[in-house]
Amino acid sequence: MGIVEAILLSVITAATPLVLAAAGELVTERSGVLNLGVEGMMIMGAVCAFAATQLTGSPYLGVLAGVAAGASFSLLFGFLTLTLVANQVATGLALTLLGIGASGMIGESFLGMQGIKLQPIAIPLLSELPLVGPLLFRQDAIFYLSVAIVAGIHWFLFRSRAGLKLRAVGDSHGSAHALGVDVIGIRYLAVLFGGACAGLAGAQLSLVYTPQWVENMSAGRGWIALALVVFSSWRPWRIVVGGYLFGAVSISQLHAQAFGIGIPSQFLSSLPYVATIVVLILISHNRRMTLINTPASLGKPFVPDR
Amino acid sequence: MRIELEKRAKVSILFSILSPFIAFALTLVFGGIMFALLGKNPAIALYSYFVEPLIEVWSLHELAIKAAPLILIGVGLSVCFRSNNWNIGAEGQFIMGAIAGSILPVVFYDWQSPLMLPLMLVLGMIGGALFAAIPAFLKAHMNTNEILTSLMLVYVAQLFLDWLVRGPWRNPEGMNFPETRRFAADAILPEMLASGRANWGFAFAIIAAVLVWFMMRYTLKGFEVAVLGQSARAGRFAGFSSRKMIWFSMLFSGALAGLAGIAEVSGAIQQLRPVISPGYGFTAIIVAFLGRLNPIGIIAAGLVLALTYLGGEAAQLSIGVSDKVTRVFQGLLLFFVLSCDTLIHYRIRLVWERLPAIKTDEAH
Repeated sequence: MGIVEAILLSVITAATPLVLAAAGELVTERSGVLNLGVEGMMIMGAVCAFAATQLTGSPYLGVLAGVAAGASFSLLFGFLTLTLVANQVATGLALTLLGIGASGMIGESFLGMQGIKLQPIAIPLLSELPLVGPLLFRQDAIFYLSVAIVAGIHWFLFRSRAGLKLRAVGDSHGSAHALGVDVIGIRYLAVLFGGACAGLAGAQLSLVYTPQWVENMSAGRGWIALALVVFSSWRPWRIVVGGYLFGAVSISQLHAQAFGIGIPSQFLSSLPYVATIVVLILISHNRRMTLINTPASLGKPFVPDR
Repeated sequence: MRIELEKRAKVSILFSILSPFIAFALTLVFGGIMFALLGKNPAIALYSYFVEPLIEVWSLHELAIKAAPLILIGVGLSVCFRSNNWNIGAEGQFIMGAIAGSILPVVFYDWQSPLMLPLMLVLGMIGGALFAAIPAFLKAHMNTNEILTSLMLVYVAQLFLDWLVRGPWRNPEGMNFPETRRFAADAILPEMLASGRANWGFAFAIIAAVLVWFMMRYTLKGFEVAVLGQSARAGRFAGFSSRKMIWFSMLFSGALAGLAGIAEVSGAIQQLRPVISPGYGFTAIIVAFLGRLNPIGIIAAGLVLALTYLGGEAAQLSIGVSDKVTRVFQGLLLFFVLSCDTLIHYRIRLVWERLPAIKTDEAH
C-alpha cells in the first residue's frame, strides 16, 4: 500500500463520523429542531458500542448498541424540547453535559481494554480496482452505511412526499400544522434519526477509528458536525465535501507530527477547531445567503393550538 | 396517554420560585435510583454526597472555593443568556484569563510589589474579555454563530495552556513536570478567614452577583439586556442596538470568566498546570439556569453545584462510587431545571383518552 493510499484511507476514516453525525443533524435541523447535543449522543454511542462489543464479542451488536444509545438519548431531548417546549439551545447543552458524564461512568470499567475492530468487507470485483478499490470498496460496514445514508437523505428530502412534509415543518410549522401535518410527530422522528446517526458515528469512533474506549474520545467532533451542517447550507451532498475536508485537516495534523515538522503539537491539534471557525466565517458572513438557506423555523418552539 | 400543554394566562410566580427546588428534588430521587442500580445504599450514598461535605469547617471552605468560579462565571453568563447571546465558551475565557493574569508571576517572577495582585486580576479580566471578543466580533460583524465559535475556542485555549506549561513557561527548577513556577507571596490571593483555605475569590463572586442584580433591576443597561433578549425588534424600536449588546454581554461575561480564572489560579492552585478547571465554565451554564438567570439565585445555585463537586470527591472516598457520578448529577439537574421551567409558562395536562374529533357539533 502506497503512502498516498494510506493517507487517503486515514482521511476517509476520520471523515466518516463527521459525515454521519452531520447528516443526521441535517435532517433534524431541516425539521426545524436545533439539537446541540450531538456531542453527547455521539459519545454515548461510542461508549455503548464499545461496551456491547466487549460483552458480546460481536462488533456488529456493538454498532447496534451505539445506534440505540444515540437514538434513545435523543428521545430525552425530544421529550423536553417537543413535548415540554423547553429551550432547544439549553437542552442540547444539557444533553452534551449529561452524555459526557454518563459515558465516563459507563466506560470506567472498560478503560484500557483492548478493543475489537470492525473488520472491512471487500466487495467482490470492485475491490480489485486499482486505488479506488482499496479506498472505497474494502471498507467497514459503517463507511458503506454513511454513503447510503447521505444518498438516502438526499432522495428522502427532495424526492419523497414525507421529505417534503419534513421540510415544510421546518420552514413553517404553523402552515404545516394548518394543513394537517403532524408537526410534533415528524419532529420526533427527525430528532430520533439524528440521534441514531450520531450514535452510529460514535460507534465508528470506538470500533473503527481507534478501537478502544478513551474518555471524551469524541473530542468536539459533535460540535464540528454541527458546524458542517451550517457549512453545507443544509444540503446533504455538501456534508460529504465538508466532512472529507475536515477529515483531511485532522489527518494532516497527525502526519505533520509524524514528519516532525517544527510546530508544537498543540498548535497542530488545534487546527480542526480553528478551521471550523474559519469555515463558519466564510459561510455565514453573507447574511442574505444564510437567511435563504436556514430552515425558517429552526430553533423555534411549537405548541399546537386546539 | 398524551401530554398536553396549556398556556397560562399569566406567568406562574409560584412555579418560578418552586421549579429549581422541584428540579433538585427530582435529581435526588433519580440519583438515589442510580446509586441503587450501582449496588449502593441510596440513603448512605446521598448522605455522603450532599450532607457530609457540609458538616465540617474545612469542607465548607472547599465549598466556597469551588462555588466562587461557578458564581462568577454564572453571573456573567446570565447577562449573556438574558440578552439571547449564547456564550458557551466560558471555559476557554476562564483559561485565557488565568494565563493573562499569570504573565506577571510567571514571566516577571522576581518583581515584588503590592501592585502585583491587583494588576494580575485586571489582566485576568482583560484576557477573558479579549478571548470573548473573538466570538463577539464574529457574531456582531460576520454573522457567525457564537455558540459554535465560542465552543471551538475552548479547545484552542486548552491546547494553548498545555503548550505554555510544557514549553516556554515550564518551571526551570521543576524537574521537568508540566507546570509553571509557584507564585510568589505577592501574587497569591489571600485567604478570607483564618479558619481555612477559602480565598477572596468567593467575596468577588458575591460582589459581582450583587452588582449584576442591581444592574439588571435598576439600570437602563439591565432593561436593555432584558428587552433585546426578549425581542430584538422591540429593542430596535427603543433605540437599542443588538450589535452593541453582543459586544457588551460577551465582553462582560468573558471578563468575569477571566477573573474567575485568575482568582482560581492565584488563590487555589498557585501555579499554572495543564488542566486548571474541572469544567467550571460548562458547569456554570447549569448554575446560570438553576439560578433562573437571576444573580441572587445564581449564588444559591453555585453553592449547590459546588456541593456536587465536593460530594463526588467525598463519595468516591467513603463509598467508592466513581467521581464521574458528579457530571451525571450535574447533567440531570440541568435537565430537570429545564423541564420544570415549562410549568412556569404552561399548565401540563395528561390526557388519557383521545377526545372525539367533533364534539362541539352537538352544542350547536
